[in-house]
Amino acid sequence: MGKQGIRDRVAVVGMGCTRFAEHWDKSVDDLLVEVAYDALDDAGILPTDIEAAWLGTMNSGVAGITLSGPLKTKYIPVTRVENMCATGSEAFRNACYAVASGVFDVVLAIGVEKLKDSGYSGLVSNRPPSDGTSPNITAPASFSFLAPAYFNKYGLDPKQGKKVLSRIAWKNHKNGSLNPKAQFRNEVSLEQIEKSPIIASPLGIMDCSGVADGASAAVIVRSEDAHKYRKYPMYVKALSTVAGPGDGRIKQDFDFTSIRENIVASNAAYKEAGIENPREEIDMAEVHDCFTPTELVIYEDLGFSERGQAWKDVLNGDFDLDGRLPVNPDGGLKSFGHPIGATGLRMLYEMYLQFQGKAGKRQLDNPKIGLTHNLGGNPWQCVSFVSIVGKEIS
Amino acid sequence: MKGIISYGAYIPYNRLQRSRIKEFFGTSGLSGEKSVAGYDEDSVSMSVEAAIDCLQGFNAEQIDSVFFATTTGPYTEKSSIPTISKALDLRAGVKGIEAAQSLRAGSSSLLVALDQEGTTLVLASDHQLSGPGGTNEQLFGDGAVSFIVGTGEDVIAKVVDTTSVQVEIIKQWRNEGDPFVQNWEDRFASSVYTTKIYESVLEFLDNNNLSISDISKVAISAPGTKGYLKIAKSLGVSKEQIQDPLFDQVGQTGSSHSGLMLISALEEAKPGDTILVVNFAEGTDIMLYQVTDSIAKLSKRRGVRDYIEVKNNELSYADYLKWKEIIKMEPPRRPAKERPSAPALYRNYDQNLGFYGSKCQVCNTPQFPKQRVCVECQTKDKMEDYRFFGRTAEIVTFTLDYLAPTPASPALVAVIDFEGGGRIISEVTDCDPAEIKIGMDVELTFRRLYEAGGIHNYFWKVRPKR
Repeated sequence: MGKQGIRDRVAVVGMGCTRFAEHWDKSVDDLLVEVAYDALDDAGILPTDIEAAWLGTMNSGVAGITLSGPLKTKYIPVTRVENMCATGSEAFRNACYAVASGVFDVVLAIGVEKLKDSGYSGLVSNRPPSDGTSPNITAPASFSFLAPAYFNKYGLDPKQGKKVLSRIAWKNHKNGSLNPKAQFRNEVSLEQIEKSPIIASPLGIMDCSGVADGASAAVIVRSEDAHKYRKYPMYVKALSTVAGPGDGRIKQDFDFTSIRENIVASNAAYKEAGIENPREEIDMAEVHDCFTPTELVIYEDLGFSERGQAWKDVLNGDFDLDGRLPVNPDGGLKSFGHPIGATGLRMLYEMYLQFQGKAGKRQLDNPKIGLTHNLGGNPWQCVSFVSIVGKEIS
Repeated sequence: MKGIISYGAYIPYNRLQRSRIKEFFGTSGLSGEKSVAGYDEDSVSMSVEAAIDCLQGFNAEQIDSVFFATTTGPYTEKSSIPTISKALDLRAGVKGIEAAQSLRAGSSSLLVALDQEGTTLVLASDHQLSGPGGTNEQLFGDGAVSFIVGTGEDVIAKVVDTTSVQVEIIKQWRNEGDPFVQNWEDRFASSVYTTKIYESVLEFLDNNNLSISDISKVAISAPGTKGYLKIAKSLGVSKEQIQDPLFDQVGQTGSSHSGLMLISALEEAKPGDTILVVNFAEGTDIMLYQVTDSIAKLSKRRGVRDYIEVKNNELSYADYLKWKEIIKMEPPRRPAKERPSAPALYRNYDQNLGFYGSKCQVCNTPQFPKQRVCVECQTKDKMEDYRFFGRTAEIVTFTLDYLAPTPASPALVAVIDFEGGGRIISEVTDCDPAEIKIGMDVELTFRRLYEAGGIHNYFWKVRPKR
């Protein structure tokens, strides 16, 4: 971390988020135009006020022209950003750094993904040519490695373990049922979750996030300018991204009960934000619940639970909307699906709404500090992103 | 002294009960079961497994030549010798040739090896495809054999004499593009070859001043289910002398079948025993061996004996049809598998076929795949080759992936730790999903991962150690 860091130097003054859904009738361009104008309108600025933009997308377009074309921006710099499932967060991070550097004063971070045009369910990625010898393993299967390892280490029998995982999915769906932007807006019973068809043992289909199209965007300005735009801006306290060396799949000291990148990324973020006790100081969090065991180990990696205790905290309701530290109040990837480029900014959108008291039935009681966490890759090697955002300058 | 120094066998794990065919078609057939190559096995992968069995306790550096016999090679044009040589970590300068087209390819390769200088690794491997409901389907099994042929004290079966007789006959044939072999009327062939074999064997014994009663075991591989019995009867071979062709346990394994019978005979043999091998297909190969005292010193191996016992005999007929690609399945609703990149394969053959990783010379950490920068101490380019093959390994965690497109769902994938350090994430094959657990001992097995764009991609998986 540099001497200054990012703490309180930039602020979000406008945001937009489309509904996450199977948008059969909307193109990538439609989603981008819709969400960009929502964010600009929310900030009360014109498209011409934007000085530079960062577009996050994994597979829905290449280069900055994917954004400048539909928006008809006036020959401003636009950079396309990709960092697997943390792509949206990365667009945001880079945009924030550009403002903090003093080079630009008003920028747009925007993320989009159109997953439903491929003809296949699930994610489809373009990989470079290779020797084709990597194991034949799907994303849910790679994250399902966490479950037996965790259960085995902490003495949970598979039935108990499954109950814990189901409880996480149940909580996220319950939160999502209160969110008009979510893909799935129904509560799902614990029994439905536990009995859902097995995808990658022990994970059933209800342990997995959905697949949706969507876009989200943020207008970022210098903190000292923020009040010109709105009464309650969202201040950025920390931004941290870690790309792992992949030692977890080569060395034997990685036991698949945590994700190392999460630990390093969150510790760096806490340091930058001046947070000493995350359990006490963080009021709410949006984390990357791509699969239920991911959320389980994230609780411990991020310090929301003691090692080996997260499963108890889950059963205790600690992370419910009315618990001690609400996690995924908006419903998470579970309810929203995971349009890759949009997800990270969607998480920030929930923080933004909560700080302004605009979260409707999900509204928490005056939260002041929030965390978003996003990861892309596998448990043994990933990029992990953590942001800390706040309602006030500290 | 020239002869066989070592042998090894491979019989695939999966067996099809012939009653399953009967259940499906409502027709009657043979009893017993037959071996079935997994969806991830072919003649090359099975031959490597047989050679691994054969090379137990033998320095692979000493192999001068490799002969690979099969009627079911992966390519019509492209050699498999380099694939096999790399997988077995043979010298780069090893000579090699492939024998194909004939069900005598295996026995003729052995004959030629016995005639030539140096140490030769002879491999025969087959997985012949047969049409559903036919007699060939009843009979054909899959499997591979391997022999090391050479000279010296270590010869376990000294060659006494060999001969080969060419007989032009249309009995069984297959053309490029034909899914299955075609056969002429059985009675034509069987009456002709029975006579031909009879005459050839008599002449062979005569030349050696032997009579059939002097032979300890007679291994006859001939077309059909009863051919070997007919020939044995005409030659006056007693019941005790006849080598079981393993039809009930394995089936007729194409060009590897006579080798399989020879190994079976060697497994039971005592020093001084004589073994006569007779293999017919458009002619006859005849070999006479005498077992030496060295057979007692042969290191422990699986051979036919152990591989017959290690099995899953619950294979369904539906899976059999699917694995053999006899029935066309709905393709997975995923993008088609891309062919592997030839340059990427080329760069990685040592690693992918030889299963070499690297070991840091500074901190001694073994790592797979090969690394430039050490995963432990970050030292750059201070690596030495490190072969993971043959090391004890166990499962750290695993998953049953029902989503991954595979002919044998669910795909079993596990994190594997090696004794002495190093870890891989690998598919687990030949394993019942109910059987897999944390801490389970596994071993590497050579497999054909898939074929895409006509390119066969070979690599290693793990299987439970049994």
